[in-house]
Amino acid sequence: MKNWFPKGFFSRNETLVAVVIIGFCIIATISDPLFFSVTTLSDLLRASIVMGILAVAVMLVLVSGGIDVSFTAIAVFAMYSSTLIALSIWPEMPWYIIFAISISIGAALGAINGILIAGFGLPTLIVTLGTLSIFRGFLLTFIGSERISALPPEMREFSRMMIARGTTESGNFYSLPWAFAALILVIALTWFILQKTMLGRAIFAIGGSHESARRIGINVKATQFFIYVYVGMLAGLAGIIFGSMGRMADPFSLVGWELSVIAAVVLGGARLIGGYGTLTGTLLGVALIVLVQNSLIVIGIPSTWQSVTIGVLILVGTGLPAYQAKRAAAKSA
Amino acid sequence: MKNHNNSNILESPEFRMAIIAISVFVLMSLLSPERFLSSQNIISMAFQFPEFAILALAMTIVMLTGGIDLSVVGISNFTAVVAAIILTQFASPDMSLQASILWYGGAIFAALILGAVCGYTNGILVAYLGLPPILATLGSGLVFTGFAVALTGGSAVMGFPEVVAWLGNERLLGIPVPLIIFIVLAFGLHILLSRTSFGLKITMYGANPLAAFFAAIDINRMLIKVYVVSGMLSAIAGLVIMSRANSAKADYGSSYLLLAILIAVLGGVNPYGGYGKIIGVVLAVLSMQFLSSGLNMLQVSNFARELIWGSLLIIVMIINSTNWIKQKKNAIKPIKSS
Repeated sequence: MKNWFPKGFFSRNETLVAVVIIGFCIIATISDPLFFSVTTLSDLLRASIVMGILAVAVMLVLVSGGIDVSFTAIAVFAMYSSTLIALSIWPEMPWYIIFAISISIGAALGAINGILIAGFGLPTLIVTLGTLSIFRGFLLTFIGSERISALPPEMREFSRMMIARGTTESGNFYSLPWAFAALILVIALTWFILQKTMLGRAIFAIGGSHESARRIGINVKATQFFIYVYVGMLAGLAGIIFGSMGRMADPFSLVGWELSVIAAVVLGGARLIGGYGTLTGTLLGVALIVLVQNSLIVIGIPSTWQSVTIGVLILVGTGLPAYQAKRAAAKSA
Repeated sequence: MKNHNNSNILESPEFRMAIIAISVFVLMSLLSPERFLSSQNIISMAFQFPEFAILALAMTIVMLTGGIDLSVVGISNFTAVVAAIILTQFASPDMSLQASILWYGGAIFAALILGAVCGYTNGILVAYLGLPPILATLGSGLVFTGFAVALTGGSAVMGFPEVVAWLGNERLLGIPVPLIIFIVLAFGLHILLSRTSFGLKITMYGANPLAAFFAAIDINRMLIKVYVVSGMLSAIAGLVIMSRANSAKADYGSSYLLLAILIAVLGGVNPYGGYGKIIGVVLAVLSMQFLSSGLNMLQVSNFARELIWGSLLIIVMIINSTNWIKQKKNAIKPIKSS
């Protein structure tokens, strides 16, 4: 029976998270049969687009042994300034150009992180804490602090493009926007980079050990620089999707999500010390966090307990493997 | 560590911080002499900074072990909310003075115990379960904040007896009470770190965990004590905030987390552990307060302040990082050669 599963299947974080998700859904369905429907599924999928893209970015950073908390500020900075650019120079600008601008702004901000981390060798947490407040402070001081609800029409058009929409037999409306394809695309691209290129191997290698990676001839600095630029690009994309789908460019939004996103990634089994992390785990982690954020009330836990629930999930989800690792290390020593 | 003490004092991060503190003070005095140097401003600054300065002390002691405590603000809000609930449930504004002092004392005691328990939880997670400090305190911080939200439903708790205002707003012999609390705590922590074996163990562990282990230091016990101290300091900060705001809420001081890390790093505390002096942290606190008040008088928005804080953090990191890399190399060498 056990041979059917890969080695260590039952002690992996992915399995644990998947079991919790399934358990959550079963309890939710028992307490409210309406929970188990296409409508809920499409709601959850829609809610996980932005967080999913951000989580993939964070996962990449964690795999490389760093941490990034500035990505929310990059996302909102890129979203807000690209909206402003579009409105001021060409309001009819096609959505893909606005997206490209947002992604480029994200890449530029990510490059700042990259220079500070790869170039100066500063600790990633403190650099990104600093750039978080720099980006946000710069955005709100010099670019603008007003909410813009009159978005370029093409952005609104984008949010109306649906892969599937309809009404269930019980009369509930469901829809899945094309923005979801962006998440799929990001996952595919990141999977390709991590699994099929030397760059991906290098990211895992520097996460395992900077020194060993350097000695086998990996250009650690260039790899780190790439990672933070890539994270910036994904953040820019997530930001503009968030703005389009919310139909509002709000410079105060998104910042404050960083801990939830990191929580999702960490729950999915990515290790903070680097060298380990999977896309499957990350997506399961996102699914769990989105479930907790949107449907906690369905299983009878008041939504004021949301933050406690996420905190406990992080502690249990990361504490168990850490404890196992510690015991294994003690045994072998 | 001895090397560092003997090395040129002009190169120490504390000396740099002293220069920054003095230059910010002089700059702000020059830019708005009447208002910045007014006694009213000096006193209001003395009331403002202790709350986040105490959080910075809590961050400092954890950073000395090479860890970080992301739960400081969570602990301070959680303990303040519990103290506030005790005060609103059992005491009332129209109580006799003695009774309200008694209840206030009880609430403070409960908050301190709760802070210690929160810190103990962090310590167990880090020491015995082997969680990385960032994760342990990220998770526990969410849990503590979450408890505060769940207890209050997200709204502020208010309606305290008048004595509660004393801790944050009154003066003792002309000196603001919060400032006295901060001075006592900073001095106490300085003694703890520089004059006790516990302080030496913290520094040794931070400089080189493996060497500390082989030096037969009970690392788990030491780590738990460090997080308990950090938790209790956070609780005290929470009580000061509660007194100054005359209420308690789950999301007070959310910007203080970044500020506490910023101050510790500015003050020359090595985020990799092993080096840091309280005097540096105090100087960093003063610089931040001078900067913050000065910018306020120059009508600079809060957002610009955030921008300036972030830039300052990065710039000081770049200047200090050369020193840290040197120190870390020195610390690692002896192991490799043996």
